[in-house]
Amino acid sequence: MNFDFSDDQKQLRDQARKFLTEKCSPKAVRIVLDGKAPYDKELWKGLAEMGFLGVAIPEEFGGAGAGHLELCVIAEEMGRANAPVPFSSTVYLAAEALLIAGSDTQKKKWLPAIAEGEAIGTLALFEGKGNPSPKNVKLTAANGVLNGVKKPVADGAIADFAVVAARTGSSGRDNDISLFLVDLKAGGVEVKSLTNLDPTRGQAEITFRDCKAEPLGAAGEGWSILTQVLDRAAVLCAFEQVGGSDRALEMGRDYALDRIAFGRPIGSFQAGKHMLADMYVSATLARSNSYYGAWALSTNAAELPEAAAAARISATQAFQHCAKNNIQVHGGMGFTWEFDCHMYYRRANAMALGLGSLSYWEDQLIDRMRKKNAA
Amino acid sequence: MNFDDTPQEAEFRAIARAWISANAPRQYEEELRKSSLGRTVLKNANILEVAKAWQKKKADAGWACLHWPKEYGGRGSSPIERVIWQQEEGPFGQLSRMFIIGHGMCGPTMMAFAREEHKRTYLPPLASGEKVWCQLFSEPAGGSDVAGLRTRAEKDGDDWVINGQKIWTSGAHYSDYGILLTRTDPTVPKHKGLTMFFLDMKSPGVEVRPIKQASGASDFNEVYFTNVRIPDHQRLGEVGDGWNVSLTTLMNERSAIGAAVSTGFPELFEYCSSLMLDDGPAIEDRAVRSKLANWAVKASGLKYTSMRAISALSKGERPGPENSIGKLVAGSMIQDVATYALDLQGAAGVVSGEDGELAGRFQAMLLRAPGTRVEGGTDEIMRNIIAERVLGLPGDIRVDKDVPFNKIPTRGRK
Repeated sequence: MNFDFSDDQKQLRDQARKFLTEKCSPKAVRIVLDGKAPYDKELWKGLAEMGFLGVAIPEEFGGAGAGHLELCVIAEEMGRANAPVPFSSTVYLAAEALLIAGSDTQKKKWLPAIAEGEAIGTLALFEGKGNPSPKNVKLTAANGVLNGVKKPVADGAIADFAVVAARTGSSGRDNDISLFLVDLKAGGVEVKSLTNLDPTRGQAEITFRDCKAEPLGAAGEGWSILTQVLDRAAVLCAFEQVGGSDRALEMGRDYALDRIAFGRPIGSFQAGKHMLADMYVSATLARSNSYYGAWALSTNAAELPEAAAAARISATQAFQHCAKNNIQVHGGMGFTWEFDCHMYYRRANAMALGLGSLSYWEDQLIDRMRKKNAA
Repeated sequence: MNFDDTPQEAEFRAIARAWISANAPRQYEEELRKSSLGRTVLKNANILEVAKAWQKKKADAGWACLHWPKEYGGRGSSPIERVIWQQEEGPFGQLSRMFIIGHGMCGPTMMAFAREEHKRTYLPPLASGEKVWCQLFSEPAGGSDVAGLRTRAEKDGDDWVINGQKIWTSGAHYSDYGILLTRTDPTVPKHKGLTMFFLDMKSPGVEVRPIKQASGASDFNEVYFTNVRIPDHQRLGEVGDGWNVSLTTLMNERSAIGAAVSTGFPELFEYCSSLMLDDGPAIEDRAVRSKLANWAVKASGLKYTSMRAISALSKGERPGPENSIGKLVAGSMIQDVATYALDLQGAAGVVSGEDGELAGRFQAMLLRAPGTRVEGGTDEIMRNIIAERVLGLPGDIRVDKDVPFNKIPTRGRK
């Protein structure tokens, strides 16, 4: 048994961390946070040059062809750095949907563009309140045109293309849903930016009016493809959340060692020590669950659905827990715009909702565990 | 990243599996599988006798205390082979809990500090379960503050004379030998005046009184020493160096990794899968599902944390203080799980033992659980260990650190 990343993968992690420490300082993140740019274009270009955007894309489609374990390693570092780029929407959602269901032509058109940093993609699934469910998809597709409104769409305002979930039937079952690829720069699309919890990763409302779209995957297969995409993204996002948890814990620890009150470092008081120990515990459980998810993802194991849900829940809880208590350790300073704590708090809480909320994944996990026990 | 054995590991696993399959006491398998914290019941047998017989059988075939050297009754196996053995032994491993203190703590301490002749005399029967050992550290005045102990050892010729009292001594009532931490010099700061010995529990002047626990069971004891004589050659380590010797014991306690920690989750999930509530099946209930999911990810998190530790072990890395999280998380979880299972039973939850739901399984768990959060270091001590040794935060302030032991105040209230 070797339940750990390989030396090569660890080396890749070091390389990614070094790169992001240099190119993605909190100061750089703040340019996007303060609304001076929609995302960090320089960083995006750099990530492409390093080969990070296409790390799990096969070589024949312009990627590095390394694999999903390598992508997990990079995801963790993206989370640590709180990178203000459309990485998750483009790489975990759009690229994975193309890899699972795209035709050769579609893959050849979009995947090399993603790997080179030329195309930003996203998934347009949600339509207002509610979690992933076929019945929440109202947008219609008929005769190759889409009509309806999607929101929130992650990075929708800067995306070049979107994978759109649309209703193509009225049976009331999962096979009413089909997926489409839409070039957002073509006609019939209206995009509006939305304010959101985490300005370092934008959200948009996209209105489709008789918008031309090409099918992605077979008609009626949309929901089954989406489930696979969401499971894969759940594992990859979990690594971002693990990276964020670790960074928030580190920030809290460092501050607790530096800040003196009542004549002692506040990290010497047991209440503070125990809060930080609990942050470590939740981050460790999340990391271990995520490793299992990474194993299942990289081997396409039958355990993936259950492992993905467990990683998602554990990592969501850990990042929220660590980000929240990092502010608490910092006291009043932690609540200021000037300190970086709120960037992680925002990211943690935005990420907790992006692929469906915690309660949605709790439901998924129990369903999947029951299925396994019944089998 | 993989879960596969190396060819050598696979071969070892196959041999172990074949031997266990041919030799394990299968008649108790179902009862052992159903045991959980607070409840290991063999209806028609004495568990100590069953455990001793299984241990002896293992020892005779070279499967006892796998990682110990052969000359002391072990097999000289690698740490990873020990883990594989535990995985294969499965529910029968529950029986070795009777020897956990001796095998996990007393044995390694003897190996590090006893004379060679003593090691050869005492370790093989310890490994084979013929002799049971206990560990006499805690006292009424010092649980977490182990170094605050008051049991005295005074030199008299070639012997030491022991007077005092120990408490929370697991298994003392059926133990043959014990390792004992004493105070030999009260005039120096507390950590510096301690000395370690081992002794025959049948020595004149040793009196063992079982403590009836909140659960009704008696796993622990008070042990009284009245003019008990221990020969000097049974001293472990130098006079005054007992604290360092005891650290070896405690480090071994924490590095007993790979053993599955009990969380209560599999029991609760199984229960909820068939339980009917007033409004329908429990497993369909939104609130129940949320609770289950939260505990599921803790249980799986612990499982995969332990697998990461085993992977590190197989690469030759030493288990570190980060392994403290197992007991910390599992301890309070099993308490919460038991509380919730009883909540689901409604009024019937109050009925325990054979009269209760599932023969009182969750009731037994509830009553035993508080002990798990205390024994082997309280939750608070575990958090301190993580904060100080993993995160590098400052140690607690210890006002008694440089004060001679006999000048330390002994009562809190003024």
